[in-house]
Amino acid sequence: MTKKALLVLADGSAYEGTSFGAEVTAYGEVVFNTSMTGYQEMLTDPSYAGQILVPTYPLIGNYGVNDIDTESCRVQVRGFVVREHCPQPSHWYSTKTVHEYLAAAGIPGIAAVDTRAITRRLRSVGVMMGVITSSMGMNEAREYLRGLPKYDMVDYVATITTGAPYYWGDTVESASSSYRVVAMDCGLKYNIARILTRLGCSVTIVPCTTSAKEILALNPDGILLSPGPGDPALLGYIEDTVRELVGKRPMMGICLGHQILGRVFGADTFKLKFGHRGGNHPVCDLRTGRVHITAQNHGYAVDPDGLKGNVEVSHINLNDQTVEGLRHRELPIMSIQYHSEASPGPQDNTYLFERFLDMVREAR
Amino acid sequence: MASKPGKVLVIGSGPIIIGQAAEFDYAGTQACKALREEGVTSVLVNSNPATIMTDEGIADIVYVEPLAVEVVERIIARERPDGLLPTLGGQTGLNLAVQLAESGILEKYNVRLLGTPLKTIQQAEERSLFKKLLLEIGEPVPESDTVSSVEEARQVAERLGLPLIVRPSYTLGGSGGGIASTMEELEIIVSGGLAASMSQEVLVEQCLLGWKEVEYEVMRDAADNCVTVCNMENIDPLGIHTGDSIVVAPSQTLSDKEYQMLRSASINIIRALGIEGGCNIQFALAPGPVVAQRWSPNLHREDGSLYYVIEVNPRVSRSSALASKATGYPIARVAAKVAVGKRLDEIQNKVTGKTMAAFEPALDYCVVKIPRWPFDKFRSGDRTLGSQMKATGEVMAIDRSFEAALHKAVRSLEFGRKTMLWEDPGWGKDNSLDSYPLHPNDLRLWALMAALRRNFGVEDIARHTGIDPWFLHKMRNIVDMERRLLSESLTPDLLLQAKRLGFSDEEVGTLADKLPEQVRQLRRNWGLLPTYKMVDTCAAEFAAQTPYFYSTYEAENEADPTPEAKSLVIGSGPIRIGQGIEFDYCSVHAAWALQAMSMKSIMVNSNPETVSTDFDTSDRLYFEPLDEESIRDILENEGLDRPPVPTPTAIVQFGGQTAINLAEPLSHSGASLLGSSAEAIDLAEDRGRFEDFLHRLGIPQPPGAGVASMEAALNVARLVGFPVLVRPSYVLGGMAMEIVHNESEMARYISSALEIGTKHPVLIDKYLQGKECEADAVCDGEQVLIPGIMEHIERAGVHSGDSMAIYPGINMTEDEVQTLVDYTTRIGLRLQIKGLMNVQFVIVPDRDNTAGGKSKVYVLEVNPRASRTIPFISKVTGVPVVRIAVKVMLGQSLKEQGYSGGLWPKQKLVGIKAPVFSMSKLAGVDTYLGPEMKSTGEVMGIDHTFEGALVKSLMAAGLMLPRRGAVLLSIADRDKSEALPIIRKLASLEYHMYATEGTASMIQGAGMQVRMITKKLTEGHPNVVDIIGDGAVDAVINTVTGGRVPLHDGFRIRRAAAERRIPCFTSMDTARVAVLALVNPPQAGQIYDVCPLGEYLTYRNPNT
Ligand SMILES: Nc1ncnc2c1ncn2[C@@H]1O[C@H](COP(=O)(O)OP(=O)(O)O)[C@@H](O)[C@H]1O
Ligand SMILES: Nc1ncnc2c1ncn2[C@@H]1O[C@H](COP(=O)(O)OP(=O)(O)O)[C@@H](O)[C@H]1O
Ligand SMILES: [Mg+2]
Ligand SMILES: [Mg+2]
Repeated sequence: MTKKALLVLADGSAYEGTSFGAEVTAYGEVVFNTSMTGYQEMLTDPSYAGQILVPTYPLIGNYGVNDIDTESCRVQVRGFVVREHCPQPSHWYSTKTVHEYLAAAGIPGIAAVDTRAITRRLRSVGVMMGVITSSMGMNEAREYLRGLPKYDMVDYVATITTGAPYYWGDTVESASSSYRVVAMDCGLKYNIARILTRLGCSVTIVPCTTSAKEILALNPDGILLSPGPGDPALLGYIEDTVRELVGKRPMMGICLGHQILGRVFGADTFKLKFGHRGGNHPVCDLRTGRVHITAQNHGYAVDPDGLKGNVEVSHINLNDQTVEGLRHRELPIMSIQYHSEASPGPQDNTYLFERFLDMVREAR
Repeated sequence: MASKPGKVLVIGSGPIIIGQAAEFDYAGTQACKALREEGVTSVLVNSNPATIMTDEGIADIVYVEPLAVEVVERIIARERPDGLLPTLGGQTGLNLAVQLAESGILEKYNVRLLGTPLKTIQQAEERSLFKKLLLEIGEPVPESDTVSSVEEARQVAERLGLPLIVRPSYTLGGSGGGIASTMEELEIIVSGGLAASMSQEVLVEQCLLGWKEVEYEVMRDAADNCVTVCNMENIDPLGIHTGDSIVVAPSQTLSDKEYQMLRSASINIIRALGIEGGCNIQFALAPGPVVAQRWSPNLHREDGSLYYVIEVNPRVSRSSALASKATGYPIARVAAKVAVGKRLDEIQNKVTGKTMAAFEPALDYCVVKIPRWPFDKFRSGDRTLGSQMKATGEVMAIDRSFEAALHKAVRSLEFGRKTMLWEDPGWGKDNSLDSYPLHPNDLRLWALMAALRRNFGVEDIARHTGIDPWFLHKMRNIVDMERRLLSESLTPDLLLQAKRLGFSDEEVGTLADKLPEQVRQLRRNWGLLPTYKMVDTCAAEFAAQTPYFYSTYEAENEADPTPEAKSLVIGSGPIRIGQGIEFDYCSVHAAWALQAMSMKSIMVNSNPETVSTDFDTSDRLYFEPLDEESIRDILENEGLDRPPVPTPTAIVQFGGQTAINLAEPLSHSGASLLGSSAEAIDLAEDRGRFEDFLHRLGIPQPPGAGVASMEAALNVARLVGFPVLVRPSYVLGGMAMEIVHNESEMARYISSALEIGTKHPVLIDKYLQGKECEADAVCDGEQVLIPGIMEHIERAGVHSGDSMAIYPGINMTEDEVQTLVDYTTRIGLRLQIKGLMNVQFVIVPDRDNTAGGKSKVYVLEVNPRASRTIPFISKVTGVPVVRIAVKVMLGQSLKEQGYSGGLWPKQKLVGIKAPVFSMSKLAGVDTYLGPEMKSTGEVMGIDHTFEGALVKSLMAAGLMLPRRGAVLLSIADRDKSEALPIIRKLASLEYHMYATEGTASMIQGAGMQVRMITKKLTEGHPNVVDIIGDGAVDAVINTVTGGRVPLHDGFRIRRAAAERRIPCFTSMDTARVAVLALVNPPQAGQIYDVCPLGEYLTYRNPNT
């Protein structure tokens, strides 16, 4: 009854398991995430565009899939690799199983593979392209992989950004909201909009191709540069927009948004061997010395060497000392490499949105 | 921030009792090591000798002294520590710290409380303050009220309605609490709870039965950095103590939003409490829709994430030990460092060697903990589980699926020989769910499986039990596999699927009609070997350095065989009555001894509470069940039959009966044992063979025989003479070892044995009335070293584990000592013991003067392994017994080690070991002392004099009588004459005496004052139970008549004393010394010394 499936990696290693979700072939960059909960949020996180996701936690789907925990309008991963997925979820909110969810979205999954072995390989070799298939043989799959475009060469942001501007919620501006925030959608997670709204903002989400002029025409109190997938070096057009916006309005960059800001301020970005993906990364706020446990999902990082002018590193990762945040000494600009919106992950960092709104308040 | 202290006092948790087991040895040991790393001098006090923490090399200065305010004050006065670390000694340590603080002693000596301020302890422990604090910070708590009388409780019940849960302050293991469904129950529970609580108040609270119980382990440092180490979900819903619940880590049925919601609440709470270190927080979370239908019918979908805070333990705990072992994050070590001022981001994560303690572990496996209950020993005990803990220990198992972790945990339990397939034949008679014991009890897991096998639906069972359907679906997966194994023929794929679900070879064999060995052979042929994966705190994100492994049937094996010479130390599994922390102590020392001999030590154990399963105790740790299959798999993985990898050997002498039982199967399978051969072990363990053996050596043993009929039994008894000791030769439900005094008692015993319809004989031995002694010994095949002989205070007939034991013996003649040494030496040499053994003796005086007044020594039994007394004897003699034994096992003779045979010179000190019981926790269990062991732990009183040691051992065991007081006496006829001198002493101390009819007339007859109290509970008040319950008496002396049946008067008296937590002496010998100690009461000047353990020792081995 269960159909066999294969996961083949670019280094030639292959893992045989069983197929679930949609029975199609899919390829992408294979990455692992160490969070123990939050698979639905991960599946719908646009930063996973172009990637095959391997949760390291072996039991996936226990509490099903619901209508609430989505972070974008669709399943974003290219494929899903699990040790075990749960056919009988148990939860108040559950409406379907992970299998049903992926099948409906046309996304393939592979189960019953040694996900820890895969993780160890990715850790030692580095992330790489891979293919999930239940129709190809091993050699065929290897051959197929060789002909595919590399993950780092594709602008995934362009493929997932919203087609047209929209407002979060129904109304343009509710009477109670005190600030207008424009979020540039490079792969926005809904929870950013949810939190900003909860904090009293009205949020307008615009495509990543929106020009600075158009953005300023919306007369925002603050601008948020969203997270998103892929290599920031491919996004010169967004960099240009952001460069124009510097100094005009308070800005907060999250994840990809942070990398773009780093580039705008002269830094280079580089690819991490296997990225940071999980809900347990310790980040030190250099100003306070405090350590925060953060949710992370990024494959690239900012190299602080090239930072120019008045921008300084505000946060670092305690595991590998990479840059986790930037701050402009004069202008109201801040950025973080991790996910203050959590979802999934620890909620300790929502204070950063408040910090952003403090800047907005002061600037107004 | 306050400066770093230079010297810190650490309080241990004292004896092992239900609710406070080996986890605090683990925590204290880690903490003392951490303090040393920080350059802080540690002073440790603990009354429990069977702990690693009280050994040389862990703390800087060790006191094995009673955990009493007056004793600790003397330690403080002498040592003048700057700080006191109260959070590592469980509830005992915490309560003692509160008493020291409140009595002004800390202030007087300028001692700072570290880690958790006094106010925080009070806020977390005093249920009413706690509730107030939580409401202030916006955390939800169930409706409740604090009461200090039964009347107040009644009023609360009228307001909140029943059922209600009663929760006393400052207690542990849910002591003195309970769930009341009726007013009568409420009154009983509240009055018991008020008696148990240190502050005489209890919380009466809305009962949230059926809600999910979820725990978080949180850390915080002085800079206010917070992390959660782990969360855990109880499979058994709220209402069953977390210590009695089957628990999984991490949580399985919580969404990320719920997981993070409770995580945020945890951090919120630890911040508000201002704890610097670790704490444990327990939550109630709304049950899922199916369970809610029955247990919380008013819940709606929108309430699906409702939660309440149930409790905070502002200290390390049983759960934090579990969390540490489940994640690899050493909570106690980090807590100790934080308490002396380190920040989390300054403490290295030793497991990865790269990252810091300021992170949260990521698990890529599932952990299952199952409690180990004592009902295999206490068959009359009430097996129902509730808010008061009953388990003595626990097992943990790790695997990549829940099913496999559950299966492996069951294999680790050693609960009889019950596999997951076991069912009680009496279940399911009328084909309804009600005919399975699905109410909370120790057999519920098996009942659930049985019901699933009979096709009862998951949802029905979920509604019935409150267990989330997710867990039941997983159990049904196991049942489905059972069916496939029964009906399909075994293929490589099917077998692999079964192994992935955790089926043992034995279970597969049972179902697929094969012998376990055949299944093993098939696995080998098909290449189905377990792989071993690492517990690395980070789900493989970083390459970890600590080799801590679990087995699983996966693709990649991470445990390459250790390339150096190595040996496997087989641990002792869960703590249970009869097999306690002593064996963990031995296992740890064995691992260290191997290392000292340049061997790699590989530890195997399944108990998360222990030092042995700490990540840096051995060179390698396998967290696995201790059965033949898993040990053989590990040996093979470590290179058995795989040259040039050095062949691992196995050590079975230190892990109690669990390990020694593996000697035969391991040796049979071709593994090589270090030390005594399987043949030597069998000779000592097999009753028939051992009888012949002793006979040939000319060493006397109690006469007796095995019988299979009433007639034969009576014949044997007449032949050897009453009283006799009877026991089943095979463990039978309801039958235990008993002393039988006459034919009618014998008839009762034998007929109930026959009723059970066993084919196994009943063993009858002459009961030898005499002094019981025991000796531990190390043998190398040529010489036998006896570090010391222990004399029991209670005569033979009280199990050696329940007896007070004195070192050195004080009432033995030189002749008797010589005989003991001679017998021990000859037995050791002739058995060809290599390593340790323990011999138990009875010395029978020449009562009728037929041997010219010369007593006769009998051997009761020989244990060819480390015994319960090894830690005690090591401490009082200064002889490192385990280390010497391991060196012998590795081929270094005693002589080469600088020791010679014979009895080690006596120390000029007196050590008294006293047992400690947990009877107040175990309703329905009779507390009288007899040949079956009942104690859960032990303490040691050590001093330069007998009087000092006696007083301290009684104080530490909670048996010290007050200077003036009242006692209830109810003494069997045959003990009356012996009791008289004791009663006279009590009278001379102006004790008030109450006694039952016969005893009272004896006392009056002897011319003393006594008040007669009826023991007939139906004949007016006050009766015996009333005066115990009212607190009118401080102790009870009650010896048993024959025919002990629950509900008899004596049983009622003993239970009442247990519930009131007052001493109840059932042996005249214990009563005698307790009264003796009163003549020299501790209050009258300094009858005892208080000094570091090392100072008592006067003789040390000049060669080492
Ligand atoms: N309000 C409640 N309703 C139902 N069960 C409860 C409630 N409060 C506590 N319990 C149960 O009682 C157990 C013991 O209570 P707790 O206060 O945690 O005692 P302890 O201090 O011994 O850990 C808990 O583990 C839980 O299962
Ligand atoms: N023949 C006997 N006469 C008197 N007491 C005995 C005799 N046999 C056993 N006992 C008592 O019973 C206790 C337990 O018996 P033992 O054979 O040592 O069992 P275990 O294996 O549980 O230690 C002993 O410690 C001793 O007090
Ligand atoms: Mg509790
Ligand atoms: Mg014995």
